[in-house]
Amino acid sequence: MSLLTWRKIVNGVMLTLTGVCTVTTVAVLFVILGLLLYNGASSLSWNFFTQLPKPPGETGAGMANAIVGSFEIVGVAALIGIPIGFIAGIYLAEYEDKKFASVVRYIADLLNGVPSIIVGILAWALVVLPFRHFSGFAGSVALSVMLIPIVTRQTEQFLREVPLALREGALALGACKWKMIATVAVPAGSKGILTGMILGVARIAGESAPLLFTALGNQFWGNMNEPTSSLPVMIYRYATGPYEEWHQQAWAAGLVLIAMVLTANILARLVISRGVSVPRG
Amino acid sequence: MKRVILACGVLLAAGASIASAQKINACGASFPDAIYEKWFSLYHTAHSDVEINYNPNGSGGGVKGVTDGTVDFGASDMPMTDAELAAAKGKILHFPTVLGAVVPTYNLPGVTQDLKFSGPVLAGIFLGKITKWNDKALAADNPGVKLPSEDIVVVHRTDSSGTTFIFTDYLSKVSPDWKSKVGAAKAVQWPVGLGGAQNAGVAGLIKQTPFSMGYVELIYAIQTKMGYGLVKNAANEWIKASIESVSEAAAGAAMPDDFRVSITNSPGKKAYPIASFTWMLIPAKIADPAKATQIKAFLTWMLTEGQKSAPALAFAPLPKPVVAKEQKQLAMIELPAAGKKK
Amino acid sequence: MASQAAVVETPGRKRTSSQTGDLIARLITLLFAISLLAIALLLVFQLWIRSGPARERLGFGFLFSSEWNPVTEQFGALPFLYGTVVTSLVAMLISVPFGLGAAIFLSELAPAKVSNGLTFVIELLAAIPSVIYGLLAIFTLVPLMREYIEPFLKHTLGEIPIVGDLFHGPAYGVGYLTAGLVLAIMTVPFVISVSRESLLAVPREQREAALALGATRWESTWQIVVPYAKLGILGSVFLGLARALGETMAVTMVIGNVPAVSASLLAPGYSIAAVIANEFAEASGKIHPAALVELGLVLFALTIVINGLARIMIVATTSKGSKR
Repeated sequence: MSLLTWRKIVNGVMLTLTGVCTVTTVAVLFVILGLLLYNGASSLSWNFFTQLPKPPGETGAGMANAIVGSFEIVGVAALIGIPIGFIAGIYLAEYEDKKFASVVRYIADLLNGVPSIIVGILAWALVVLPFRHFSGFAGSVALSVMLIPIVTRQTEQFLREVPLALREGALALGACKWKMIATVAVPAGSKGILTGMILGVARIAGESAPLLFTALGNQFWGNMNEPTSSLPVMIYRYATGPYEEWHQQAWAAGLVLIAMVLTANILARLVISRGVSVPRG
Repeated sequence: MKRVILACGVLLAAGASIASAQKINACGASFPDAIYEKWFSLYHTAHSDVEINYNPNGSGGGVKGVTDGTVDFGASDMPMTDAELAAAKGKILHFPTVLGAVVPTYNLPGVTQDLKFSGPVLAGIFLGKITKWNDKALAADNPGVKLPSEDIVVVHRTDSSGTTFIFTDYLSKVSPDWKSKVGAAKAVQWPVGLGGAQNAGVAGLIKQTPFSMGYVELIYAIQTKMGYGLVKNAANEWIKASIESVSEAAAGAAMPDDFRVSITNSPGKKAYPIASFTWMLIPAKIADPAKATQIKAFLTWMLTEGQKSAPALAFAPLPKPVVAKEQKQLAMIELPAAGKKK
Repeated sequence: MASQAAVVETPGRKRTSSQTGDLIARLITLLFAISLLAIALLLVFQLWIRSGPARERLGFGFLFSSEWNPVTEQFGALPFLYGTVVTSLVAMLISVPFGLGAAIFLSELAPAKVSNGLTFVIELLAAIPSVIYGLLAIFTLVPLMREYIEPFLKHTLGEIPIVGDLFHGPAYGVGYLTAGLVLAIMTVPFVISVSRESLLAVPREQREAALALGATRWESTWQIVVPYAKLGILGSVFLGLARALGETMAVTMVIGNVPAVSASLLAPGYSIAAVIANEFAEASGKIHPAALVELGLVLFALTIVINGLARIMIVATTSKGSKR
């Protein structure tokens, strides 16, 4: 066999392997979705969405309080985190002349990489300890700390992509800087900024670790000042328990959660449809 | 967008308005979780203005919660030690609630008979000395049973647990080896085994892992339809955990005034050796008068009406003399002067 | 690019209202930006302070001790550090080849539309919450490992000397290997995404030059393009690694929760994040909670360093030779 033939064989094999890697990875996603659909769909019921948890052995239990609890905790976290992240992102994009901005940018990236359980410790120290009780609010604080760096960087990124010409046009017409930001730059980048917020919220909606010792859990309806149930934590507790009813509910909850998260992700990315030009060789 | 905000507002308001019910937060032992959930559910049906939210995060969590004051009362299967009581801000009262049993439960495909475990054999398994199901010692106690040659997968608790204390307390009494190497406590350094969180986690692991065994409260083995073994008691009898054998274990014990007692390895002929009371840890001084009244009311209900639900969940009701003693202790829960809100 | 145009100041005149407005705007945005700094400082501060009792009592030996005894209040980080590192290494050993292979396919072979579409789908994997990976792992992966894969590994690789030590012991189904596998699936989208961007950033002249010299497609990719992008690829590996180190839920559901150091990958273990998740809510006394926070501090330091390295590498690549 000539060297050329060998090289051609290697070429074919390796390139095929890369295709195999890709197909495998994509297949994993569909396997995951398939399993969740298969196991979860059969457990979805009207009860699941409207009933409270019941002691094992009793029928008709549901996760209504966990669903509402998740909305409440994530909602409050978004109320805290989105404004802070948004305005901080404006600072990073618009006032870049100071060295301070690059420090903040670095810190934002660092915070993005902090494991969620560590953020949970922070929220525990700041909210649970001083007030001496677990609460949904403490969970919201933990989630907002995770949300802020995400929103900050996304806002900054999409503000930067607003063309210089657009900004200078506004300034040339006599607008002062803050007016230019508010009426031209932000609206121009709003699509991307909004999707950044949606993606951030979708990310924290699925978090379970930081809620384990902040919001804890609740059998009943509660308010944010008490331990509050949430979907991700319920999935964890029910999946690791011994009862068949619990397992079924965990699957159903998993299906609901992933439906919400993936819908938000798909919507967000379709809105901005990031494409990258692919150089061909 | 406006509609979304409106919907959120309605949801939050709904959540807040339900706050008009008296909310009481408790946490602790998962050992009696089945009966506690039943009780709190029944009580709420009877008194719709009272909601007792119980988080079964383990006896350690119950002790911590009531010590730190992060919950209104706690629950534990191990009485608080003198050190733990000293660490609490005020006086904590122990109220036994039911009697339960810790059973050696297992997932052994192909074996339908009830297995027999003697104390030293259990200690050997959990020490990692007995590693296979067909070990000589285990086979000797179970003549006629075809034991597989697989490895025993041991399962224990990861969290601070009263169930662990009851089990290790028993093992320490029957095995000097165990006592010196590991000892008895809510959380010990296990020589071998996988870890699960709370009774539910241990039961879950055992149910999903063939050839595994662990220790759980009786009701978990029953509800998950797993086999649980007979244990040899101090009178050399093979006893299966049941309401009768557990009550028998309590019959021999003298109840001290502070209700802190251990009934493992009880001498009675028909006594189940790994039995125990479980306690609710109630602060003597509860700041909120409404909560204090409600907690007292619940305890009164628990000592009379509540006891009736115990047998259905394989818990033994409290012996009558103990109930009488507890009713006297109820008076020690101080009701703060009316009008003095938290 | 950010606007560099500054508002013209008229020296000597009173500030106009628009200049006041700008000043206020700048101050407000600055304030909110500072909040990020404040959060980071608070985090470090709390981690340091709350771990105080443990650090004083246990000293540096904490990092090397295998004891974890809440009764005698002796704690050591070794089993958790070991488990965290081992599961993350296993994860990277699996996800890097797969990820790089897929990234190469997506950047070099697939037509643009297909590439973008598939990348989008793969990036969805990164959006799946950790607890759902754990849910799937418990009910589908663990039985698979226990019944088929682990016995298979024991009977094949387990028989080879030296290597065999990695694959001995009972097939629990849970353990380092299973956790590593789940982590691999969770980190592969990061490796693919960033590696693909790094590969795309390589100027097309490089590829064309190689092909003009008679290289096959594969040779051009492997010997020219990949080395050119190696910094970014390495950055993606570190990014994935940082993610794997901090993963909590999926790991604690399948690692076995045993605080011990074992050579065998089939053995159950523990990770830092998993033990914090399991024990934090009810750790009592002075030392136990502080020891858990100290573990958090160690994990925090580890992920900061790895993330920092990743960032340096990725920034270096995308600024070099990029067509932006």
